[in-house]
Order: sequence, then C-alpha cells, then structure tokens
Amino acid sequence: MIYLLPSLRLWLVTLLVCVVAYSALVFGFAQTFIPYRANGSIIEISGRAVGSELVAQNFAAPRYFWPRPSAVDFDGMGAGGSNLSPTSPELASLAAQTVARYGATADNPVPADLVAASGGGLDPDISLAGALYQAERVATARHISPDLVRKLVRDTASAPGGVFAPEPIVNVLELNLALDRLAQ
Amino acid sequence: MLTPILLVTLIVGGACLLSWPLGTYMASLFSGRFARADSVFIRAAGTAPDQGWKQYSIALLVFNAVMFAFVFLLLATQHLLPLNPDGQSAAPLDLVFNTAASFTTNTNLQHYSGESSWSYLAQLGGLMWLQFVSAATGIAALVALARGIGGQASMGNFFLDLQRAAFCLLLPLAIIVACFIALRGVPMTFDGAATVTTLEGTIQTIARGPAAAFVAIKQLGTNGGGFFGPNSTHPFENPDFWANCFQMISIILIPMACVWMFGRIIGRMKHAGVIFGVMLIFLLVKIGGAVMFESVPTHAFAHLPVMADVGNLEGKELRLGAATGPLWSVLTTSTSNGSVGAMHDSLNPLTGLMPMAGMWLNATFGGVGVGMINMFLYIVVAVFIAGMMVGRTPEYLGHKVEGREMRLAILALLSHAVLILGGTAIFAATAWGQDSLGNVGAHGFSEILYEFSSAGANNGSGFEGLKDNTIPWNIATGLVMLVGRYLPIIVPLAIVGSLMAKKRSAESAGTLSVEGGTFGTMLVITILIFGALTFFPAAALGPIAEHVSLMH
Repeated sequence: MIYLLPSLRLWLVTLLVCVVAYSALVFGFAQTFIPYRANGSIIEISGRAVGSELVAQNFAAPRYFWPRPSAVDFDGMGAGGSNLSPTSPELASLAAQTVARYGATADNPVPADLVAASGGGLDPDISLAGALYQAERVATARHISPDLVRKLVRDTASAPGGVFAPEPIVNVLELNLALDRLAQ
Repeated sequence: MLTPILLVTLIVGGACLLSWPLGTYMASLFSGRFARADSVFIRAAGTAPDQGWKQYSIALLVFNAVMFAFVFLLLATQHLLPLNPDGQSAAPLDLVFNTAASFTTNTNLQHYSGESSWSYLAQLGGLMWLQFVSAATGIAALVALARGIGGQASMGNFFLDLQRAAFCLLLPLAIIVACFIALRGVPMTFDGAATVTTLEGTIQTIARGPAAAFVAIKQLGTNGGGFFGPNSTHPFENPDFWANCFQMISIILIPMACVWMFGRIIGRMKHAGVIFGVMLIFLLVKIGGAVMFESVPTHAFAHLPVMADVGNLEGKELRLGAATGPLWSVLTTSTSNGSVGAMHDSLNPLTGLMPMAGMWLNATFGGVGVGMINMFLYIVVAVFIAGMMVGRTPEYLGHKVEGREMRLAILALLSHAVLILGGTAIFAATAWGQDSLGNVGAHGFSEILYEFSSAGANNGSGFEGLKDNTIPWNIATGLVMLVGRYLPIIVPLAIVGSLMAKKRSAESAGTLSVEGGTFGTMLVITILIFGALTFFPAAALGPIAEHVSLMH
C-alpha cells in the first residue's frame, strides 16, 4: 500500500500534465500560428481539397508527372513500404514492371528513385533527374514545348537540406498544379 | 562522400555539444537543486522518504504495473470511449497485451499501424503517456544507481525522481521539439482523416491527428513508437530535412547526457569521459559501416536499366537526404529508440547488420537511463576481468567487486542473449516464425532474429515485412520485452545495493584506474567479447549469409 497510493497519485498527476496540458499547449500553438500545417497541409483550389502538399497521390496519366512507386498504392489510411530485401525476387519483378512503364532501355536508364518505393509509400517528391526524365512525355501529351516543361521543373526543384542534402527534389503535386495552371 | 560526412558531423557533433550542458542540468535537477519544484512533487506523491535498493525497485515495479494495467484497460475499451473520429474498432486482446507491454517497457514495438488501429484517446492518453513515464522510469533508475555507486547513503526516492524526470526534463524538451516539428509540417489536429479529390479525380483519404505532440516525446524518450504505421518515413511524422535533423538529435541527446549526468553524480567526470568515448567509438564505427554499405544500389535492380548513380533507395524518403537512412538506423538502435527513417527490411544485408549489432550491445549510449545502466554491467565485468588479470582484488570506485556481484552482472548480460537467441531459435524452427516471413531465404531468418533482438533490447524497430500481428508473436515478444526491461534494471540496482553494504576503501596507487586509455581499451574488448561474439553465429546465418549469396 505504501507504494500503490503514491503510484495512483502520480498516475493522475502525470496524465494531467504530460497528456492533457502538454497536448493542449502544442495544439493551441499549432492551431493558432500554423493552422494550415496543423491540419495536414491540405491544398485547396477554389474551395476544393485536392491533396496534401506533404502526401503523394497517384498520377497515372501521361500528361502528369508520376510520383515514386507506392507499396500501398497511395493509401493515406494505411501507409507503408515494400519491406522487400535486395535479394527478393519479388522486388526485382516489381521493378521490372515499373521500368517497362517508363519504357527505359540500357541507353536511356531510368533514375533509381522512380523505381524504388519509398518507406511510407507517400513520398511527395521525386528527384530532379526523375522529373526531367519524364518531361518529354508530359510535353508530348500536353502538346507544349519540352523546354517549357523542363523550365517549370527546374523552377519547382529545390535542395532539401542545403549542403547537408544537396540533391535537388521536386514536389510532384506542386509541379502538376503548376502544369495545370500553365494550361489555363 | 562529403555530404554524408557533413550530415553525420552535424547530427552527432551537435548532439555531443548539447549533451554536455544538459547533463549538468540533469545532475543538478536530481541533486535537489530545485527545492521549490521538489516540494510540489513531494506533495503530489504524498510522501517521499529515502529508499534503499529494494524499496526503490519495488516502487518502480508497482508504478510500472499501474502503467501497464491502465493502458491495457484503455486500449481494450477504446471503441467505447470518446476522441475516436475515425471509428477505430475493438482491438484483439493479444495485440492489446503486446502493445501495453511494448510501451510500458519503453520498447514501442508495434504490431499494428497507428492510423488504422488506435483512437486519438488511446494514442495520446495511453501510448504517449507511457512514452513520458516509461522514459522517466529509466532515467530514475540510472539516477538511483549513480547515487548508490557514488557513495550516497540512500538511493533517493523513486516517486520524486520520476516527477523530476517527467516534468523538468522530458516535458520542456518535448514542448520545444513538438512546436518546431509542427512548424515544419507535422499535423496537430483532433479532426479525423481528410478526404481530398486528387487531380486525376480519385478520392484519397489521408489519416492525420495530434501527431506533433506524440512524435516529439517518441524521439526524446528513446521510445520510437510512431503515430502512423511507417513511423518516421511517413511525411506527416517527418515532413522535411530540418524536422529530420531535429529528430535525429532528439534521439541521441538524452542518452548522451545521461553519461555526463552519471559522471557528475558520482563525481568522476574523467571516468564519464572514458565511457562516453567508448560509446562514441562504437557509434561512429557502426555509422561508418552503415553509410558505406548503403551507398550501393539495391541488388534487386542490378539487371534492369536503372541508373546506379545513387545508393539503395528502396524504403527511403528523398526529402530526408541520402545518408539519413543508414545514419538514422544506427542512431535509433544504438539508443533503444526504434523509430525508423527508412525501412530496415529493405536495407542492404550488411547495412541491416549494423542496427542488429546496436541492439545486441545495447549500451552504445542506449535507452534513456538504461543504456548507461547496461554499460555499468559491462564495466563491472571489465573491472573484474582486469583485476583478475593483474592478480588483485577488483575494485570499482572503491567498492570491492566479488563473486556475488559478478554472478548478478553475468546473469543480466546473459539473459539478454538467451532471450534473443532462444526466441529466434524457437520461432525459426516452428510454424510460428516460418509462416510469418515477408522475405525468403537468409533474409527470412534475419526478420525473426531482428524481431527478437528488438524486443529483447527494448528497441521497437523491425524488419517490417514480418507479419507479426499473430497470437504467438504478440505473446512471445510481449514476454521478452517485459523480462528484457525489468531484469536489467533491477539486477544492477541489486548489485549496487550489495556494493553499498560493504565498507568502501580509499583508492590508492595500486587501484586499477578507471580513467585512462587502458581502461577504455579493456571496456571495448569486454563489450566485443560479451556483446558481439555471443551473437556472431546468428549474424552469420542471417545478414552475412545473405550478403555472401549476393556475390554469386
């Protein structure tokens, strides 16, 4: 009993402070100062929610840039990776399908990020090389100049972490929204 | 090659620098420097008398039993309770047992996906609460051990120490980290999932929730349990590179500071410096290995027209930078964190060996509090062996280390190996393990080995291809986590209790020094022999066999 009573008192105190007060504080901060971020960075176009800036959505039409493969088919309620090892024959055959979709050949190999599934299956970005690789297809489908598309890609690309992560990446949804704006 | 070196320097160097002042702060916090806060804490607990090792251990166990019981009930009844906007249904009891054990023991092994399993109330009121108090439990245990070995008459009071750790250490840091990552994009909302119509016209439902508060303490308390299934690879848990850096430093910060705190409480900063150095060497060797092995593309793409100019990208996120996957995998397993920044199952075979080695040693900074406690066990063994080698009575900080303490230390160290290797052997030999594999061949064995290593080391990461939400896995790993948590906390406290009962002798010129390079070397060798060699045969059957098979 001399241990149980203080344990129960601490149960209550820690719950009130570390759960109720702490959550309320962070919630209040986030909802007051950054409601867009706090609610999932949902992008709205004329009042209609079209996706989250941070979460990949599927694009399959040639006129859009395609995201990285998703092991969970872009399921926002059940994210996850392939969890397949380098020795997995299944991973090799999945990759072969993706390669075929891009029509890659030995002379025109596809950048690796377009073939490898991300950890969460919701990676919103592709590499700059991966975007440029698709520019020709997108331009043909939209009947616009490939140079214009490439310029748009370069304008959208950025290095995620300065000198610590310099390889430039492109947010696929942002890029496709910019493409659609161009068409209007 | 320059980019990974810069990133490792930023993260590890930054954490080292921050750990020094934090360790100083922790030492004064637990020495009762903040009298006004302490008086509030004593009033909250009722009383706070001095405790010996037995009373301290019982208090710890009773409070942890309350933690387990409350969260078990909360998880089992979540479907009847409020704050459940996505309508999560009742969870099976074996999963409830496994999850309650997992978060009570600071492991955070997850046989579920958060977004499709638990209500917001279960996640915050149950799991996040345990992330605070289980971390505070580990820190309190280390403080008690340090007081005892440092020559104080009592080990302090558990209920006071727990509140100091939770309210004056974890809480302020968690507020800072939570607000920062929220700014970068981690959601903090009590609304249910968002429904959007994509540009191509399909409906996408996107889980969100009060993740920022959860993710912050998950990293700081070496908990590692994610709000969402894929943990820190999910864009909502780890939205950009800077949130990623902040989180990586959060993973290793308190475990590092624990070493300095230990040094200050026992009054031997040079000794703490040697321990810190030994841990840092192991950490850097593992990071170097992981980054190097992972710079090779996945073998699965070898015969396809895929560019081979970057490393293995399967299971990795582009926004986090190329070196984050391997670096995070080592940080999270050197400490007992267990959150993942890349999918460990898809790592190259030898990269995957690095996190396993981290969990086997379990003392290269280790979990908050408990990592240093594990190192204490290695130190006791090292001192004993060194003493025997030079033919004099082994002493540690003026305490005679004798047969009884040695037996206890070996019991604790061996239990770690028995839990991992025994569990792996049983599951590898039976349908319990064989029917749950996500990959074939040597990698399948690695999945089983990894799961038991993670449970035994209270880590929580996994080779997630394993279909582990089954009754045998839930019960077996649940039990392994419980034994793997409390035995290595209680036994060291018993050792110190036994040392405290003896007359302390003054250190003389003849005493083996615990401050120089000789002692550091001795400690490294002890860790290698006990930690690494025990597990080498298992490593040979799993990751090493898989790597060799790639050569053909």
